[in-house]
Amino acid sequence: MNFSPVNIMGTMPEIYLTVLGCLLFLMEPFVPAKKRSLLGVFAIFSLVFAMIATFGLNGKGLPLYQGLYIVDPFSNFFKTVIYLGTIITILFSLPYLEKEEIHLGEYYGFLLFAAVGMMIMVSAGDLITLFLGIELMSLCLYVLVGLKRNSNRSVEASFKYFLLGAFAAAIFLYGISLLYGASGTETLSGLAQFVANPGALRPMVLAGMILTMVGFAFKVSAAPFHMWTPDVYEGAPTVVTGFMASVGKVAAFGVFLRVFWVAFSANRDHWSLLIITAAILSMIVGNIVALVQTNIKRMLAYSSIGHAGYAVIALLNPSRDSLFALMFYMFAYLFMTLGAFGIILILRRKGIEAEEISDFVGLNKKNPMAAFLMLIFMFSLAGIPPFGGFLAKFYVFMAAVHAGYTWLAVVGVLLSAVGAYYYIRVVMAMYMKDPVEPVEFMPNRMEGMALFVTAGMTVLLGVFPLPFVHYIETSLAILVP
Amino acid sequence: MVPLSWYVALSAMMFVTGLVGVLIRRNIVVVLLCIEIMLNAVNINFVAFSDYLHLIDGQIFVFFVITVAAAEVAIGLGIIISLFRLRESVNMDDYNLLKL
Repeated sequence: MNFSPVNIMGTMPEIYLTVLGCLLFLMEPFVPAKKRSLLGVFAIFSLVFAMIATFGLNGKGLPLYQGLYIVDPFSNFFKTVIYLGTIITILFSLPYLEKEEIHLGEYYGFLLFAAVGMMIMVSAGDLITLFLGIELMSLCLYVLVGLKRNSNRSVEASFKYFLLGAFAAAIFLYGISLLYGASGTETLSGLAQFVANPGALRPMVLAGMILTMVGFAFKVSAAPFHMWTPDVYEGAPTVVTGFMASVGKVAAFGVFLRVFWVAFSANRDHWSLLIITAAILSMIVGNIVALVQTNIKRMLAYSSIGHAGYAVIALLNPSRDSLFALMFYMFAYLFMTLGAFGIILILRRKGIEAEEISDFVGLNKKNPMAAFLMLIFMFSLAGIPPFGGFLAKFYVFMAAVHAGYTWLAVVGVLLSAVGAYYYIRVVMAMYMKDPVEPVEFMPNRMEGMALFVTAGMTVLLGVFPLPFVHYIETSLAILVP
Repeated sequence: MVPLSWYVALSAMMFVTGLVGVLIRRNIVVVLLCIEIMLNAVNINFVAFSDYLHLIDGQIFVFFVITVAAAEVAIGLGIIISLFRLRESVNMDDYNLLKL
């Protein structure tokens, strides 16, 4: 085992964030309760610091620690998205936690550790690393979901998430153990060689592959493993919901893609059918069940299941097109989801979060700005043209057509037309009705900045996507050591 | 020597026991134990394969699984305690504020 300095250099962003996260936990008792937001600012600077370190690694392809950990343009892109999402989450959470009276210093520490877990996930070149990354992220998220210790709903959501998450992790691990038993290796590239010629052990490889897929489907909340999503999204504090729904999902898609394209590409005939099933089921469940929801967080949870359905379509065919489509989708999805949850957490009725769709009725009369921003996010999530969500869907469906799945693209378009109804229902409530009860919308500077960035990016990705397209095109390389 | 298939069969039986337990038991502590049984089934698999294939990495994985399982139980019990304080019940069916 050699520990050459390049291993340390390549994992510098993760090391920074882990050390600074530990520091944050140590500093927490010494910071007076009124100055807790300083810890948030500290966390933002840690993330910026790590982002600079990641930019230093741009364009390189390094298999580190004998291929256990892979730094390549693909993982650097996902890490950048994770940093951006976490920074925006912190901007939203500074005032929100004050208002909800759950402003604990540990919050930022857990957020940083969850980000490290996601970074490890997208860089994993080995199933051990991958498992540790997934668990680091999940354990932090279980705690964050239950942050409102005195709220029945928050703790119940946390418990449900924990139970189903641990259950899915056990199934995932059993799959890994079968793969290890068949192939004798845990690295993705070693698995890829074995999967191409499994001989008599094919059933064992297939069983392992299906069980790992269950684990991933759970993490990206694709049907039929989506049961936890609406409950957890509804019960969790809204900032945490936004974080899980956007950043957590992006990271899970990154690792899903890497494992299935690198390790199981030889088995594509077998898993493509499973992916198609998951895609269709998620699109149906996400778009149809969302129609009857009255709680907007729950509605967005079903919307996120539907979006998982569109995004898994891009996993079907390992090609440059599909890779680009998935990365663009994740980039656009991050900003529109975070922004939509941001509006929900700022909007308050008599000091309580406005979580019901009825709270949005007539919002335009009272707060045209809030209504307009929500319109941007809703239209973008629905995939209506001038916004980022439209282009994202367009690229995914084009990739499906190029791969010969035209019928699947047609199904997707039809179901997203069904889905557009419930997004537009929110917009109609805001613009075409008179307000019933007054709601307050008073973003402070931090929240204003976060909303500006998310809304701005959602619009820019739709009307002027070229710089982002170029950036993603330089990140299209997945390194297979 | 005990053949590999016995270990794999034992592991599969334990895994199914845990899986069924999670699905049918209503006591949350028992459900947590069932998840632990599933994780230990995985450990048996790893150790058996590692011994059979003469490769060490399976046993290294077991250490990681044990560590993560410990962390998971710590957090799980913490959540269960705060849930019990609010509800005074360990029955899963009482946790129905969020409709499933």
